[in-house]
Amino acid sequence: MAWRSWGAFLLRRFAGTAVVVVLLSIGVFGLLYLAPGSVQQTLLGTRPATPETIAAIQARYHLDDPLPVQYLSWLGGVLRGDLGVSIRTGSPVADMIGDRLPLTLALTGYGTLLSLLAGIPLGVAGALRRGRATDRLVVTAGVVGLSAPPFAVGLLLLVVFAAWLGWFPVYGTGEGLADQIWHLTLPAAALAVGAVGMLVRFSRAALIRELDQDYVVFARARGLSSAAVLGYALRNSLVPILTAAGLIVTGMLAGTVLVEVTFALPGLGSLLVDSVTFKDVPAVQALALLLTLLIAVVNLLVDVGYSVVDPRVRLGGRTS
Amino acid sequence: MASRADGPGAGNAGGPGTGGGGAGRPEAAGLSGGIRDAGLSGDVRGAGLSGDVRNAGLSGGVRVEGLAVRQPATGRTLLSGVSFEVAPGESVAIVGESGSGKSLTVRAMLGLLPRGLEATGRVDVDGVRVDDDPRTRARQRGGVVSLLMQDPFTLLNPLRRVGRQIADGLPKGADPKVEVPRLLAEVGLPEDVAGRHPFQLSGGMRQRVGLAAALAGGPRVLVADEPTTALDATTQREVLALVRRIQRERDMAFVLITHDLRLAFSTCDRVVVMYAGRIMETGGAAAVRNEQLHPYTRALLAAEPPADRRLAVIPAVPGSVPAHDAVADRCAFAERCSLAVAECLAVGPVPKAVRPGRESACLRATELPAQPAPAPGVTLPFRGLADAVLDVRDLRRTFAGAGRPALAGVSLSIASGEVVGVVGESGSGKTTLARCVAGLERPDAGTILLDGVDCSDYGRLSRTAVRQARRTAQMIFQDPYSTLNPARTIGAALAEALRADGRPAASGDVARLLESVGLGRDMAGMRPAGLSGGERQRVAIARAVAGEPRLLICDEPVSALDVSVQAQILGLLAELRERLSMAMLFITHDLAVVRQIADRLYVLEAGRCVETGSADQVLDAPAHPYTRALLASVPDGSAGWLG
Ligand SMILES: Nc1ncnc2c1ncn2[C@@H]1O[C@H](COP(=O)(O)OP(=O)(O)OP(=O)(O)O)[C@@H](O)[C@H]1O
Ligand code: SF4
Ligand SMILES: [Mg+2]
Repeated sequence: MAWRSWGAFLLRRFAGTAVVVVLLSIGVFGLLYLAPGSVQQTLLGTRPATPETIAAIQARYHLDDPLPVQYLSWLGGVLRGDLGVSIRTGSPVADMIGDRLPLTLALTGYGTLLSLLAGIPLGVAGALRRGRATDRLVVTAGVVGLSAPPFAVGLLLLVVFAAWLGWFPVYGTGEGLADQIWHLTLPAAALAVGAVGMLVRFSRAALIRELDQDYVVFARARGLSSAAVLGYALRNSLVPILTAAGLIVTGMLAGTVLVEVTFALPGLGSLLVDSVTFKDVPAVQALALLLTLLIAVVNLLVDVGYSVVDPRVRLGGRTS
Repeated sequence: MASRADGPGAGNAGGPGTGGGGAGRPEAAGLSGGIRDAGLSGDVRGAGLSGDVRNAGLSGGVRVEGLAVRQPATGRTLLSGVSFEVAPGESVAIVGESGSGKSLTVRAMLGLLPRGLEATGRVDVDGVRVDDDPRTRARQRGGVVSLLMQDPFTLLNPLRRVGRQIADGLPKGADPKVEVPRLLAEVGLPEDVAGRHPFQLSGGMRQRVGLAAALAGGPRVLVADEPTTALDATTQREVLALVRRIQRERDMAFVLITHDLRLAFSTCDRVVVMYAGRIMETGGAAAVRNEQLHPYTRALLAAEPPADRRLAVIPAVPGSVPAHDAVADRCAFAERCSLAVAECLAVGPVPKAVRPGRESACLRATELPAQPAPAPGVTLPFRGLADAVLDVRDLRRTFAGAGRPALAGVSLSIASGEVVGVVGESGSGKTTLARCVAGLERPDAGTILLDGVDCSDYGRLSRTAVRQARRTAQMIFQDPYSTLNPARTIGAALAEALRADGRPAASGDVARLLESVGLGRDMAGMRPAGLSGGERQRVAIARAVAGEPRLLICDEPVSALDVSVQAQILGLLAELRERLSMAMLFITHDLAVVRQIADRLYVLEAGRCVETGSADQVLDAPAHPYTRALLASVPDGSAGWLG
């Protein structure tokens, strides 16, 4: 029974994700087509626009096919596992993404870790000392974090810690694990600042609500230690915190675009920016596909997390 | 006033029975509650407080002196001058209406006040002064004092298996594998319950788990804040009987908070009556039951309808409970007291010993008129057979995902001008029936004839037919707040109801409508949020009867109200029924309430009607065991009620 419902749940999820991916790819395709400037212009660069060169380019990239045909041939390739060849660099899109994915994943993971390590303890501290100075400080810091745009934070961090204090490198990815972590710290921190603000807000509100619940009073009344009582309340705050964490990870994936550009990191974000500027349709399509899938995976993990945390949550959203 | 002699007898072994009449318990005997013997304890405990015998200082008791609770942020005082004691092994009930300060009293006593409130006054628990000593308090929790709370649906951690939650409260060194099953067995639950989550248990089972958890630390004092109000009547009796049995077996001191005076008499040795944040009267349960020494206690008791007879009128006190600060320096009950004299408004009376073991805060406690004899019952007036205003045949409804049908073929008819009661426990299908009749729920099968018109499926009726059906039948609900639009004034809501029926809706008409339900004209400008529960229910009734419907469907209209307000609303409904010659479908779980208003009864169990007949016949000579069980679960105030 349990396995059946799991199977049905996953199937529903995959179907939903597939629909989103198809709609999104049509949208991206259409938007790139409508955007000013044409691919052949970009490809021609400084070469003379003779009819032969134009014809060669059009034939090579199927640019004279009607738009739906172009789209369908791209889709057919994807379904066969072929993401196509980048217009800009001429190398297979899959390879380009493969080169850059680890960096973006590491950056997102690092940023999430930093924000969890800072945000949840701050939120808990605020909730436990509700209304006092600590709490007000925490709330203010949260608001500031939430409203600061990541690239501005990134620039500020660069100026202060890299250029001025010289504690961290200005750009680059570094060699070896420790050096890489050192290089990624500032970008990850820039990503984490907003997330910390959000986590503080969610975890503080959730914990405050739980601490006022009857079961907390009852637990105290029958002599449970403060640590045990806090454990009860924290466990019950996990569902809203998980929701926040899911939003944070997806938000960070989007945030990498600007932060990677700011710190000149060769990740998916900077690849996306370059590809969009160049109207590199296969690369943009593949990146959009990948980001959608990553977001779907994160949401799936969050939902699975709900059902692990709360036995009342049945997968697929039914609560008994 | 029946007292059953077939109880377990633990409390009566050595003493006289606890029946009504003059032969009560040896109330004033100067025995110390500290000297107890298992056989005698039930009778002796009531006596413990006479004179200077202060046994609460001994281990296992509680003493509260001059307790006051304030809210510094607003400068409000919520309760003051609360003093009482509970001897080791004794059971004391704190009784009062909503907002009288019962919960705050025990929360302050246990040092568990909600944020933003502060307590002053002296509290001794287990022979140690604790009000100024949070560390001792923390140490005492669980092992010395424990608290059982009201709502079984919120008192357990929803994410933790109940066995673990019970184990969390065990003293250090106890083996959960041994102790948890033992505790579960003590509260009458099988061992495998330990592995379940709270949401997998019924309300009654959760409250038993709560009790097991509260007992895990082996407390000497157990405090229970309305532990059964959220439960069905029959479950309530079971759980209370269980709590009291365990209390006696473990010889714990016990403080029960309740709003039901009869329940207090049946469950505890002594009662403390609170009103507007003060103590009005204290005394032994049987003694207070026989003679109340404070007019408020009398009024409260009189307002509780009896299940064994129908009263001509339920004596209701006009007005409502004031806030603590609104009645500083005078008798809190003065506005509503028929015996008030000038002095009552000049001094703030404090509880004083009137006779040994009895205290009253009434200035005239010694000169109260003799207790009036209980009002006799009246026989139902015969109502000639009239044509049916409602005819329901073989109604069926099964909700998606439910194991059994909510309605499994219910037939019912109401003659015009007749009040028909539908009783049953939660889940018996009462509300589904009412909602089908009102067109809020579509039955799967069966017919509903409203005034001869087939209204089984409102969706298939024409608009005029729907409007006609709504003019024939109107509905009021348990929670009037949810049915009143919070953004609109009362006057606007009532004018709309009048217009919907094609009646004039000028402000004079709205005022007349308000007055017909006992509300002032000035209420028209207010919004629902500013009204008390009783006032809201009156507004909901006014709206429902604006078009003088032929049938009023009442779904638990008084079950969320205090007894004194309940008496007022029942009086209002009876009066409207006479004046408008309106029929009623009266849904309730409370047999004492239905006795006062219904001509005929249907008893529902699990979606089926198990018994029907005139109200007298069903309640005086119930034929079905389920009806008998329901009847036995109505507290009658006797010490034998819990069995
Ligand atoms: N946290 C709080 N802050 C401010 N006022 C409060 C708070 N809790 C209760 N009160 C007020 O104190 C008074 C007494 O409340 P309390 O909860 O003790 O009443 P109660 O007798 O237990 O009523 P009920 O039968 O409804 O549970 C009420 O007027 C209530 O509005
Ligand atoms: S003190 Fe006066 S007003 Fe208060 S209850 Fe007694 S007689 Fe009534
Ligand atoms: Mg209360």
